[in-house]
Amino acid sequence: MDAILAQLLNGLDKGGAYALIALGLTLVFGTLGVVNFAHGALFMLGAFCAVTIRLLLSMETVTIDPEKLSPWGTPLEVRTPLAQQWFGDWGSVMLDYSVPLAILLAVPIMLILGIVMERGLIKHFYKRPHAEQILVTFGLAIVLQEIVKAFFGPNPIPQPVPTDFRGAADVGAWFGLQAGAVTYPVWRLVYLLFSVGILAAVFAFLRFTTFGMVVRAGMADRETVGILGINIDRRFTIMFGLAAVVAGVAGVMYTPLLPPNYHLGMDFLVLSFVVVVVGGMGSLPGAVAAGFLLGIVQSFASMTEIKSLLPGIDQIIIYLIAVIILLVRPRGLLGRSGVMET
Amino acid sequence: MDILVLPRKDLIVFICFAVVVLAMPIWLTPFGAAYPGLMQKFVIFALFAVGYNILFGLTGYLSFGHAAFLGVGSYTAVWSFKLLTMDVLPALVLAVVLSGIFSLAIGYVSLRRSGIYFSILTLAFAQMCYNLAYSVLTPITNGETSLQLSRLDARVVDAAFGVVRGERLPSPSLFGVELGGHAGFYLCAVVLLVAFFVAQKVFNSPFGMMLKAIKSNQTRMSYTGFNTRPYALAAFVISGMYAGLAGGLLAVTDPLAGAERMQWTASGEVVLMTILGGVGTLIGPVIGAWLIKYLENIFSAFNDAMLHRTFSFLPDGLQDGVVAVASKFVGEGWHLTLGLVFMLVVIFLPGGIMEGARRIRMAFGQRSGSAPQTKPDPVPAE
Amino acid sequence: MSDSKRVITRRQVIRTGMAGILATGVAPLVLSRNSWAQDKNFCNNPDSKSSVTLGFNMPLTGAYADEGADEQRAFELAVEHLNGGGDGGMIPTFSSKTLKGNGILGKKVAFVTGDTQTKADAARDSARRMIERDGAVMISGGSSSGVAIAVQGLCQEMGVLFMAALTHSNDTTGKDKKRYGFRHFFNAYQSGIAIAPTLAKAYGKDRVAYHLTADYTWGWTQEESMKNATEALGWKTLTPVRTPVGAGDFSQYITPVLSSGADVLILNHYGFDMVNSLTQAVQFGLRDKQVNGKQFEIVVPLVSDLMAKGAGAAMKGIYGTSNWDWQLQDAGSQAFTKSFGAKYGQPPSQAAHTSYVQTLLYADACERAGTFYPPEVIKSLEDYDFDGLGNGPTTYRGSDHQCFKDVLVVQGKESPANPFDLLEVVDTASKDSVTYDPAIFGGELGPYEPNKCT
Repeated sequence: MDAILAQLLNGLDKGGAYALIALGLTLVFGTLGVVNFAHGALFMLGAFCAVTIRLLLSMETVTIDPEKLSPWGTPLEVRTPLAQQWFGDWGSVMLDYSVPLAILLAVPIMLILGIVMERGLIKHFYKRPHAEQILVTFGLAIVLQEIVKAFFGPNPIPQPVPTDFRGAADVGAWFGLQAGAVTYPVWRLVYLLFSVGILAAVFAFLRFTTFGMVVRAGMADRETVGILGINIDRRFTIMFGLAAVVAGVAGVMYTPLLPPNYHLGMDFLVLSFVVVVVGGMGSLPGAVAAGFLLGIVQSFASMTEIKSLLPGIDQIIIYLIAVIILLVRPRGLLGRSGVMET
Repeated sequence: MDILVLPRKDLIVFICFAVVVLAMPIWLTPFGAAYPGLMQKFVIFALFAVGYNILFGLTGYLSFGHAAFLGVGSYTAVWSFKLLTMDVLPALVLAVVLSGIFSLAIGYVSLRRSGIYFSILTLAFAQMCYNLAYSVLTPITNGETSLQLSRLDARVVDAAFGVVRGERLPSPSLFGVELGGHAGFYLCAVVLLVAFFVAQKVFNSPFGMMLKAIKSNQTRMSYTGFNTRPYALAAFVISGMYAGLAGGLLAVTDPLAGAERMQWTASGEVVLMTILGGVGTLIGPVIGAWLIKYLENIFSAFNDAMLHRTFSFLPDGLQDGVVAVASKFVGEGWHLTLGLVFMLVVIFLPGGIMEGARRIRMAFGQRSGSAPQTKPDPVPAE
Repeated sequence: MSDSKRVITRRQVIRTGMAGILATGVAPLVLSRNSWAQDKNFCNNPDSKSSVTLGFNMPLTGAYADEGADEQRAFELAVEHLNGGGDGGMIPTFSSKTLKGNGILGKKVAFVTGDTQTKADAARDSARRMIERDGAVMISGGSSSGVAIAVQGLCQEMGVLFMAALTHSNDTTGKDKKRYGFRHFFNAYQSGIAIAPTLAKAYGKDRVAYHLTADYTWGWTQEESMKNATEALGWKTLTPVRTPVGAGDFSQYITPVLSSGADVLILNHYGFDMVNSLTQAVQFGLRDKQVNGKQFEIVVPLVSDLMAKGAGAAMKGIYGTSNWDWQLQDAGSQAFTKSFGAKYGQPPSQAAHTSYVQTLLYADACERAGTFYPPEVIKSLEDYDFDGLGNGPTTYRGSDHQCFKDVLVVQGKESPANPFDLLEVVDTASKDSVTYDPAIFGGELGPYEPNKCT
């Protein structure tokens, strides 16, 4: 029981991350009809917004102390963080909370980046074949990750969890289990809540606002909406920006769980595509359902009991599920027919 | 022998190609690439790309899993060296056969879907092969350490023919001739030429026409009563066998098989090669393969000192600036160059380098005022 | 019409061109194709050149990139010192006095580098480029045992010496040992022997261990060695769990630990994998848990400064073993730390140390052999006793090319005095206690005779 609860939590936690990435990917596909292989790169760029904020906050002045020596005998360098010089104690609090702070930076940056990407590049590919969309965005993903590599180097850069959210929560006790039986890191719980919140917000936005209604109408029948005199293109551009923001903030919040490196986007790309295709291209609920499904399945497949029954299953389960679903339900869990089949 | 005859135009292409390939040790010297290790890679990946193009270029099915067949070919060849004989012939034949069987199975299932669903299915199968090779199949693949030869391997055929087990590790041989360095390169080159010839025949055959028809409009094909799937499957298996042959040759030139060569990024690489060079053309994928392997091996070894030498004609301050900018694009940054080139090609030259060459030729032709021009086809149809 | 005319002219041009190429180029090249291997008796013989080229093959990307970068710094420093630059580092403290700062055998030392990407295939490609194109007479590097074994096999075939840097698997000098491969670094078996007494003292003899193991040769051998060593203490071992290298998120492998009944987690991970798995294990609150009435503990059998830095606070109090530590007080270690710190502004890691030492040992072996001819160099390294390179008296055993020296047991420092003061040496296992019979791992070294670069 304890084991199952822990594994379920882990699955939900992973699934939240998968669902968030897949949601943005599906938004872009559903509105613009573009397969965006650079979506993983947007997630990575979001993560590096967090890195940037932290770098800015931890900028230091270096003075040489001629009196003291470093352990290997050269004059000692004394480093003083600028944030502490300027803001006093607030500086160290800001440094501690650099990850949540980074969201403030990530939202405008990702919005602008998304809009620029759509207007500058993707726009010209609406009429081109899907294969070419895949290829050009794949190229873009390579370029983006290499630019990040040129600035931040190839190594992962760890980001701290804010002090108040460190450690593990006794989840078992909440469910009436023995104290200490099931503990789970607080930040992972925060991430789960965060992803559920974002998912709910996006759905509410599409469901309950006029803007969302128009966008949904446009997704269903772009031409008619255009004939009605609505500038659907502009709204779709904004949707692309929104998808970029979703990917970006997901990346920001993910950094304390996994130190980001330039390759983070590519690592998530394959996975997020599997999620989207399993959910059904263009279906938002499908993407979310598939995200959580695959997260949970992957987590359970890693249990020792299951691994001893089926060796290696944890390595392939996601792909196995993808193959089975695509063969049994050709358009994924909740996909429409005729989408992306040629 | 009708089967060995090519139309005159193709024959010329073939002869030129043969000369270019066989003369590699000469014309690659000024580029610093004329060492056996790299030339073997040039030829083997050209073979891989030519085979991939039979599927992607002709039928339009975008497979993201061909590296799996390459890996299967490599493992098969190494096992053949370990268990049967150091002769390369059985190794290559077995590599082709086994990768053919794999591609038949995977292709049969994957071709039930089309479009991106097909791509994801092939990707999923390839990733499963990779992950299994890396973990539970370790007894067969030796996991991350890679499958290697050992002096004490059985090699039953060699033993039956009375080959004495030497002091050192045996190297792959063809009828008793050891294949290291340049000999290995020439073997690969001959195999590439044969494979290129076969690809030319496929492109010109009625079967090839059928595949092109699948690409241009599959629905129409089905309406006319053709069952397209056997044709697409045949193309898939042929290209899988090419990949297996390439994998086998990789093992011949360096008897080691690692799981990394099955990873999806390796499949992505052959897609890049094909697109860069020109999808659907015969020569294009070869050029793409050479370009990428050159960038990967030579361009990536450029460093600041070499850049300073290159730009030494500039005044000092300017020189530093230029070098600082340029250094982001060479050396470890070569992927950036690759990504940019790739994007530019996809945006402006969807037909790849081959289309670029044709446009230049056409522009040249117009200036000299000869020959009526046909309008350039946005999708190269050769 | 004009079209066909053009075809004919083009063909003529090609025909003549081809004839020319064949006549001038291909034919002589085919005939003399072995000439690049030189008619001397071994691969890349530098006798006719004024410099000698060494090839350094490190992981600059991938899960072990941090270690690779530090190895590169050490190699560059070693070359500088061999050529007489800098303060000479450990050359003055080295027991052998053959190195004069005038290169190797009077030839200036040049080097080429390559990125193994922590992948066997890429590493072999890179090593082949160094040998075939750049004429490297020795290859060094590693940071993954899988890579080291693959490159060592290649070097044996090519007849080029491989001075392994960071590789800790028993197989490197065990079942996959090669005549042309030498390892200065210690191995997993020695780690197990060295750390067992400390673990018994700190955690008692009644423990249940849970292994998370990197799924490749190093992980397996370390898991086995740790299992044998701890079971000899009386510990029990649960079914080990294998994780892929570079997995990043290990959470799905850590959650089952919580309810497994184990009270010690042994992380057979290295590099960024270890940083991730350790940090995540600590985030899961494992170290605050009480299991079986005992405090839950984590052990990382192989640690380095770089990993301790990456893991930060998670590393505090955790036991492991090290090949070397920059805070050692002997003259060699101090000299090396000083010149490395002065050049790079940080102390060297154990990966840097072993890379530096291997380069010096190769240079010294050539000097003592008086030639670059590999069989002679190999013979001068086999069963060679030396001192002054930071590890105390050390022996290069001839029967498996493994170095034998003291092994350090270290612990993550609770209150570091400076940002680099991360590990504390708590115990030293003597050279004799970690010496074992080479027969237990099998394998064979192969012939001395070089292969002439075929």
